[in-house]
Amino acid sequence: MLEVNGLSKTYGEGERTTRALAELSFTVAEGEFVCVVGPSGCGKTTLLRCMAGLLPPTSGSVSLRGHVVAGPPEQVGFVFQEYSRSLMPWLSVRDNIALPLRHKRLGKAERTRLVEEAVESVGLTGFIDHFPWELSGGMQQRVAIARALAYEPEILLMDEPFASVDAQTRADLEDLVLRVRKDYGVTVVFVTHDIDEAVYLGDRVVVLTQPPTTVQEVLAVNLPEPRDQVETKELPEFAHLRAHVFRAIKRRQELRPAT
Amino acid sequence: MAHALRTRRGLGRWAQTWAGVATVLVLAELASRTGLLPQRYFPPVTEMFTALFAALGEPWFWLATGQTLQGWVLGLGIAALLAVPAGMLLGTSVVRYRAFRAVIEFLRPIPSVALVPLAILVYGAGLESKVFLAVFAAFWPLLIQTLYGMQDVDPVAVDTARAFRLTRAERITRVVLPGAVPYVATGLRISSSVALILAVTAELVIGSPGLGREINAARVGGAADLLYALIIVTGLIGWGLNSMFAAAERRVLHWHPSQRGAR
Repeated sequence: MLEVNGLSKTYGEGERTTRALAELSFTVAEGEFVCVVGPSGCGKTTLLRCMAGLLPPTSGSVSLRGHVVAGPPEQVGFVFQEYSRSLMPWLSVRDNIALPLRHKRLGKAERTRLVEEAVESVGLTGFIDHFPWELSGGMQQRVAIARALAYEPEILLMDEPFASVDAQTRADLEDLVLRVRKDYGVTVVFVTHDIDEAVYLGDRVVVLTQPPTTVQEVLAVNLPEPRDQVETKELPEFAHLRAHVFRAIKRRQELRPAT
Repeated sequence: MAHALRTRRGLGRWAQTWAGVATVLVLAELASRTGLLPQRYFPPVTEMFTALFAALGEPWFWLATGQTLQGWVLGLGIAALLAVPAGMLLGTSVVRYRAFRAVIEFLRPIPSVALVPLAILVYGAGLESKVFLAVFAAFWPLLIQTLYGMQDVDPVAVDTARAFRLTRAERITRVVLPGAVPYVATGLRISSSVALILAVTAELVIGSPGLGREINAARVGGAADLLYALIIVTGLIGWGLNSMFAAAERRVLHWHPSQRGAR
């Protein structure tokens, strides 16, 4: 469904060139949950921005159902890491979620239904007329997820969405994402620096190297469904997988001179 | 209980404010009555207020106040109609901003008062001169604030709008402009004071009709108490206009971090 093909991204010119991404390729199948994990500063966000059509690649391409992505495609919903900056503080939760729906030629009733369903599915029904800044960080990120869901995307791109919430909230939000993915039947690409999170959520994990970044390994995660914060993480397979990813990242780092 | 406590604290603050005001007024009264300050130039506060209340019954006073406010509202209004769109145009294009920055940086520091002779030459001593000076002075703070507001838009908010395929026009009206409103509001408040200052200045220096001219007339007539009474009125007008803008900001910008919880 989604194909990243020899993608590379270089910033700057001449002497001060930075190669953020060097030759990256992988695919995402319909309905799949793919986690992209890598050391910090490895260009995960750059990759996701290229996939969302927010950033033009230097070479290579991203294709969605065979069409090269040259700008934000309408099948893509995006959830940013910086939820408080991504939500408009002058709009209520309802209006924030409705903002991207202006282009989907929908009747008013239909729009209201989409917004209210999305709010319900992220468990914020009582807060629909609040302003984002009246809510906690975790709840704000729920609003951002609801906004992406109401947009009815085929693919949800999530950029370290839970990197700045506390551990308990994070676990709740992880399970929320697993649930809405089923409810909405959406394909997910989830970028994170947290190996446990990647293994817990993903059907497959794409492990990236340090910059200039390439794909180090693509790992199938065959953990039983549904995933459970306690039981899944107790399984020997879980421990094995996370150790494998950890070593993969660590090994690559040791091959490189210390920075 | 909590409500009663808050009310009492509110009362306490109110009392503190007025205690300060009363102290200054009493000290000024004493300084004049005891001859510490020459009464001829510093009449007692009570006499200033007597003159003020007498003026409140005079038609000329209300006419002059209206004329000053007319200069203020025209000056600020025209400045806003010019500066806000100009700021929006410059703030949405780096090319336009670079092209005009030098011109702005040259014109902005010119003290409006330096344009008084020009105003007299072109417009004479009437309302037009007053408005011209007020517009020139009020234009710059509003332009700069609008410009900064447009440039200070959060890149994550813009990326969000792009990712969800809002058009360029929608990005400007739905994301950039609402984000710039707090800046424009601050610009309006600053420009409001500046426009009032220039309106009174024009009345004093050029003799355009208004409170400034009446202040001058009181000086010529040796009416020190009326002179002070009119100065107090200009101060009160400035304070009142500022409070008006602050109250409007609290309503319109209730979502902004500076106003949250102030409702």
